[in-house]
Amino acid sequence: MRLKRKDILAIEELTKDEIELILSTAESFKEVSEREIKKVPTLRGRTIINLFYEPSTRTRTSFEIAAKRMSADAINISTSSSSVVKGETLKDTARNLEAMNPDCIVLRHPSSGAPEMLARLVRCSVINAGDGSHEHPSQALLDLLTVKERFGRIAGLKIAIAGDIAHSRVARSNIHGFAKLGAEVSIAGPPTMMPSEIEKMGCKMFYKVEDAIRDAHVIMVLRIQLERQKTGLFPTAREYSKLFALDSKKLEHAAKDVVILHPGPINRGIEISSDVADGKYSLILEQVKNGVAVRMALFYLLMGGSRE
Amino acid sequence: MNRLLIKGGRVIDPASGIDGLFDVYAVGGKIAAVKPYEPSAFSLQPNDWTVIDAAGLVICPGFIDMHTHLREPGYEYKETVQTGAMAAAAGGFTSVACMANTNPVNDNASVTRYILKKAQEEGIVNVFPVGAISSGLKGETLAEIGELKEAGCIAISDDGRPIVSSGLMRLALEYAKPFNLPVISHCEDAWLAIDGVMNEGFISTKLGLKGIPNAKEDIMVARDIALAELTGGRLHIAHISTKGAVQLVRNAKQNGLNVTAEVTPHHFTLTDEAVIGYNTNAKMNPPLRTKKDIDAIKTGLQDGTIDAIATDHAPQNSDEKDVEFDKAANGIVGLETALPLSLRLVAEGVMSFNTLIEKLSTNPAKLLGLDSKGSLKVGADADITIVDLNKEWVVDAKELKSKSRNTPFDGWKMKGRVVKTIVSGKVVYEE
Amino acid sequence: MKKKHIMDAKGIERALTRIAHEIIEKNKGVEDIVILGIPTRGVHIARRLSHIFKTIEGAALPVGSVDATLYRDDIGMKEVQPALKRTDIPVPIDNKKVIIVDDVLFTGRTIRAAMNVIIDFGRPANIQLAVLIDRGHRELPIRADYVGKNAPTSMQEKVKVHLKETDGVDEVVVEE
Ligand SMILES: [Zn+2]
Ligand SMILES: [Zn+2]
Repeated sequence: MRLKRKDILAIEELTKDEIELILSTAESFKEVSEREIKKVPTLRGRTIINLFYEPSTRTRTSFEIAAKRMSADAINISTSSSSVVKGETLKDTARNLEAMNPDCIVLRHPSSGAPEMLARLVRCSVINAGDGSHEHPSQALLDLLTVKERFGRIAGLKIAIAGDIAHSRVARSNIHGFAKLGAEVSIAGPPTMMPSEIEKMGCKMFYKVEDAIRDAHVIMVLRIQLERQKTGLFPTAREYSKLFALDSKKLEHAAKDVVILHPGPINRGIEISSDVADGKYSLILEQVKNGVAVRMALFYLLMGGSRE
Repeated sequence: MNRLLIKGGRVIDPASGIDGLFDVYAVGGKIAAVKPYEPSAFSLQPNDWTVIDAAGLVICPGFIDMHTHLREPGYEYKETVQTGAMAAAAGGFTSVACMANTNPVNDNASVTRYILKKAQEEGIVNVFPVGAISSGLKGETLAEIGELKEAGCIAISDDGRPIVSSGLMRLALEYAKPFNLPVISHCEDAWLAIDGVMNEGFISTKLGLKGIPNAKEDIMVARDIALAELTGGRLHIAHISTKGAVQLVRNAKQNGLNVTAEVTPHHFTLTDEAVIGYNTNAKMNPPLRTKKDIDAIKTGLQDGTIDAIATDHAPQNSDEKDVEFDKAANGIVGLETALPLSLRLVAEGVMSFNTLIEKLSTNPAKLLGLDSKGSLKVGADADITIVDLNKEWVVDAKELKSKSRNTPFDGWKMKGRVVKTIVSGKVVYEE
Repeated sequence: MKKKHIMDAKGIERALTRIAHEIIEKNKGVEDIVILGIPTRGVHIARRLSHIFKTIEGAALPVGSVDATLYRDDIGMKEVQPALKRTDIPVPIDNKKVIIVDDVLFTGRTIRAAMNVIIDFGRPANIQLAVLIDRGHRELPIRADYVGKNAPTSMQEKVKVHLKETDGVDEVVVEE
């Protein structure tokens, strides 16, 4: 089994076998990260550009560390710091970057579909590091790896995702990823945060968090963007936290060995209560480690072959 | 004085109930006679007559597009009256009604006159300006509708945006009555799904794009119909796209209201699945809907709920389309693909070719009050489209006569093509 | 396709026993020795050697694996990326005698890469190389300290080592 893709744009387009290959490759790279010398010469002379149109220290740093551990040259370009990007169209930016002859561009962009557009414009590989409300494939892969390590399997597990599903690229990638590997995925949140016909994606929808997390092995709590309150998706943060936040009372419905994943900075007391956030359920450190390993695996699988 | 004879073709003219082999004579830009086919007529080719051999071809009244964006003045980099007219001719359209969302807006007689002057100088087809409903398309106060009519506008519309205020829409429907101007309504509720960029459904969910539910259109169609009932005004629904809107118009007609509707070829051809891959040439407003909407539209075409097929030809420069999907401009060019896409409905058995001619010519002429057009009766304008129904061809966006290339049909295999387009007895396009 | 058997199960067993003895002789015992196989078959051979040491010397030697893939000099040149295997260095290797074990020694490039991996893990006292088959055609200045069998081949030929653990049978064949 080999990966024969130019780009990693979405979990939706990956097969089960491809996902499993990425995960097993990532497991090998985890070992590299535990060595005294955490660096391998594999991608010496390769150039990786981290092109970030949205601030995201965590994801960008993770890609950067992954690139450096593989001896690639990593260049960071962000909208705030660079004139290359300011006021320039994505098409023109793509042309300019192409002239630098990169081997891979990692793109974070507020518009859904921007990585797909970039991939059509450049010869090099493109990795989607989060596009609009579409997908965030490397986040889902690191979540899959973390869960697989914890439970030894994905198939047959019950996964619950709670929060603003409509605006979440992490939710979409994880629904695809866990469903493809045979887990049972439930989602929960206020109806205003459930996108149209979401269940066709292969998940069950609940409005009550308690119902979605019943017997769940994994609960993923999405970060609530407080700005959304302005658009009226929920009345107040107070009401949201009362009805939808994951707290120890709701958590009683989940399986005994439940773990909690959180993809971003936590709004304590809003989507998750402090006692749960600080409890024994968190796998945050594993998620961070696995994030680097998954990204090394993606770099390796995209650039380790010639594709000619 | 030009003299034209089109010989030996199958003449279809729903307005005069003709379908058969006839010879069409045009003199001085008017239809002079339509006589049963006479093989020996003019076999000597007298030199003051132009003779076109139309054997095996179909001759019909020139198509009339009720809904075109010619972009001039103001957006000449997208299209001009000249290039738009060339695209129209290539698509078999001998007349186009051009929308008012130019810059400056066609909300006063001088802009109307400017467009008409341009059309006279450079346009090879008839151009009929549509005036704005509201001054500056701002939706606040009525434009000088009476003067627009005097200057040559044949309808009014704020197309591109809805008339948000029900009060203003009521005034427009009332005020336009004595001028016999249809009020063409671009129906969308301004406050629902404000930032939507495609149809709301599973595809928008999967792509992570903001959705536009059918209700956005249905609400406005319902409101406008209620206002048409209130005012007795003349309402025409532009680019109908939803099942609900079709049903609303059907009910309105059954209730005897003076409400009509048009549909674009893309809205009965493509679904929101065309957006997959973030194809910005599948981005338009109203958005591409679903199969159940297409089915309802086809039924609406069949039972007469939908009166006309109009293109909503909306040229956009590649800089406005080669961008992220949510930033891309709406609309596609439609003049040159309207006929073959419509012919697919004939092939599917949705309607006869004769009915199609009604939707493309007879009815638009009636709706816009173009009395001398939309038929091949003696004395009518000699605007004629000659079609080869069996010609197979492939759409090549680069070959389009329009200044813009924004079509989702690039590379599509088509059957049926315009062979000649004749305006006032003169051939303005030849394949 | 012509197929030539050059070693059977007995032959492999004899060769490994001899290599084990040579290792003991050269290192004056088995103290401080770490055996690292190159996946996949090198690891199995390493385990067999360890087993032989146990029967001869009564002591089990640390056995690990060293995957040289990430250090290969042809990454990105092959059509598809080579599959990653496990690297598992069981003990600190500083000042240890590391014996790299592989099934076939050919160009020497894999051994070069494996040595780089090992050196990234520490500073062994020395690194030695044991192979079941040496088929010649070296492209780097590398030679084996312990060889089961020298098998001169042409470049067109393929040397295949089959082991019970992976292939169900112990044999070495040359295919053309
Ligand atoms: Zn419109
Ligand atoms: Zn329009």
